[in-house]
Amino acid sequence: MYRQLLTMALAAVVLLGAASFPGFLWAEEKPAAEAAPAAAASVAADPSGAATGTIADVPAKEAGKPTLLEVAETVGHNRISINMMWTLIAGFLVMFMQAGFALVETGFCRAKNAAHTMMMNFMVYAIAMTGYWIMGFALQMGGVGAIGALSGGTANLSNEFTITLFGKEFGLFGSTGFFLSGVGYDAAIFTLFLFQMVFMDTAATIPTGAMAERWKFSAFFIYAFFISMITYPLFANWVWGGGWLSTLGKNFGLGHGYVDFAGSSVVHMVGGVTGLAGAMVLGPRIGKYGKDGKPNAIPGHHLPMALAGTLILAFGWFGFNAGSTLAGTDLRIGVIATNTMLASASGAIFAALYMWLTYGKPDPSMSANGMLAGLVAITAPCAFVNSVSAFVIGGAAGVLVCWSVFFIERVMKVDDPVGAISVHGTCGAWGVISLGLLADGTYGDGFNGLPGTVRGLLYGDPSQLVAQIIGPLTNLIFIFAASWLFFKALDATIGMRVAPEVELEGLDIPEMGALAYPEFHIPTMEPIGGSASRRSTAPQAMAPAREGSR
Amino acid sequence: MKKIEFIIRPHKLDDVKDALTKIGVQGMTVTEVRGFGRQRGRTELYRGSEYTISFLPKVKIEVLLSDKMADEAIKAAMEAARTGKIGDGKIAVYDLKEVLRIRTGESGEAAL
Repeated sequence: MYRQLLTMALAAVVLLGAASFPGFLWAEEKPAAEAAPAAAASVAADPSGAATGTIADVPAKEAGKPTLLEVAETVGHNRISINMMWTLIAGFLVMFMQAGFALVETGFCRAKNAAHTMMMNFMVYAIAMTGYWIMGFALQMGGVGAIGALSGGTANLSNEFTITLFGKEFGLFGSTGFFLSGVGYDAAIFTLFLFQMVFMDTAATIPTGAMAERWKFSAFFIYAFFISMITYPLFANWVWGGGWLSTLGKNFGLGHGYVDFAGSSVVHMVGGVTGLAGAMVLGPRIGKYGKDGKPNAIPGHHLPMALAGTLILAFGWFGFNAGSTLAGTDLRIGVIATNTMLASASGAIFAALYMWLTYGKPDPSMSANGMLAGLVAITAPCAFVNSVSAFVIGGAAGVLVCWSVFFIERVMKVDDPVGAISVHGTCGAWGVISLGLLADGTYGDGFNGLPGTVRGLLYGDPSQLVAQIIGPLTNLIFIFAASWLFFKALDATIGMRVAPEVELEGLDIPEMGALAYPEFHIPTMEPIGGSASRRSTAPQAMAPAREGSR
Repeated sequence: MKKIEFIIRPHKLDDVKDALTKIGVQGMTVTEVRGFGRQRGRTELYRGSEYTISFLPKVKIEVLLSDKMADEAIKAAMEAARTGKIGDGKIAVYDLKEVLRIRTGESGEAAL
């Protein structure tokens, strides 16, 4: 006990001494004199920051006395800096959504497939990025032209392949920026690439949810190149790259052309429709439908994971929507972010209420889908509507997603383990259409190169709604056809679906060679009669006791 | 010697364990099991589709006892585990032919 007291006393003395030491220094220091800037004299410390950053920090020939031109140079540079920083940070937020998707999908699937589901969501980021770097970005943005907010070398993105129909130019794809090389090696273009890449990745990861628990990893691997190099870039070019959907206004007088601010259709519908095609080609999971065609519930194994993932997505969505200004100097970002937030809330509330009133309990998984549905729906109109419209759009999506899930599951008999087709496909379409109804004309002057703000039907521009219908129809037809054909070709060559024994055992060991939860399985050396795993020497897990026949 | 299995409600585990150790039971093995008797299962909804939970979670306690402790153990556990509602569980009694202690090799009552 004495030793403890002695130690405490020593510690107190040392601490007091250390705390007073700076005081000794400060008492001796003189405040900084009017030292000439060139001299290496000491400078006053500035704890409040109020004196940091002055005229002396404007680069000038005569230090501390910049000319008007020198000041303007700095202003211009700073403007682009703010925009570039904003775009990059927003892009980083959207990248983090990848974790959100991984958690949502894995939480909604069964434990025996958790490693496989996680791995698809993990690798799609890497693979799709590669395909996009090789050619996807060039196809999408190669002809978009100068982007005012980022400036720099974006003006070199000036090669768009067009065809002429009805006497008008229809932009189809770009051709500058392959491997980000040549004129592509530019600070602003790299920034644009990063931002666009994470959006593409969002679209690429959505189908893995609809196709989970029975998709062969080798087929998925090839798919990730396909969506990042072909289907996504083409549709994105038509809407965001200066292609024909964006010029419907210039060419045919349809509003500002097809408008999709942050990607309800470019990202989410592409993902949802691709997922629909894939889920149809794959077929439903074993045991999903009874002999009478009635769907059986296959509950997810980890609701906390799924709901936490949903919140991560909601967080990343601030980057997704508000970042799509590409400009921190465009102060609509406050409205965009708030509209996004409100739609997420109403989506969750109305989905929960719908399930509560219809089925007696507020289903957590549908509530999560509801929040995401609201977010997907507001993604297109977020910059153009007021907060009441945002709330309504989100709430409608919350109910729509429930109807869609039931329709796809019970009527179309397509098995979608996580509701991806409904959340992203159905509500993505609703999002772009809602823009055509509720855009209120307070923003968007110059959008798609046309003067005037963006208005929907209820605010005086019916032609915008026409454009807003052409867009999702094009998406549905093109993306579904291209994806369906691709998946069919993949199925005919390497096969899309795992063998039934593999599906029943769980994909983790046969496909990944690793269990997500090894401590909850009793590994044995016995293969499950005729299992398709190629590594015959690897230990294989017994079907876990609590799984039952499914 | 007897082996007794108690299948009880999971939240009653601590009560039964305390009751058994109070009368002198020195060891037990516990497993998480599922089952149903007259309690039957329940129908729940997941995303609007019905699914039946036929097997309800229970806890199984196994004890190895001398004959003279068996009756006392059964009485103690029964009182501790009972709630009066359907689903309280069951007790099964087996004759134990032989028991051995791995560490020392003892057998019979000395190994209990």
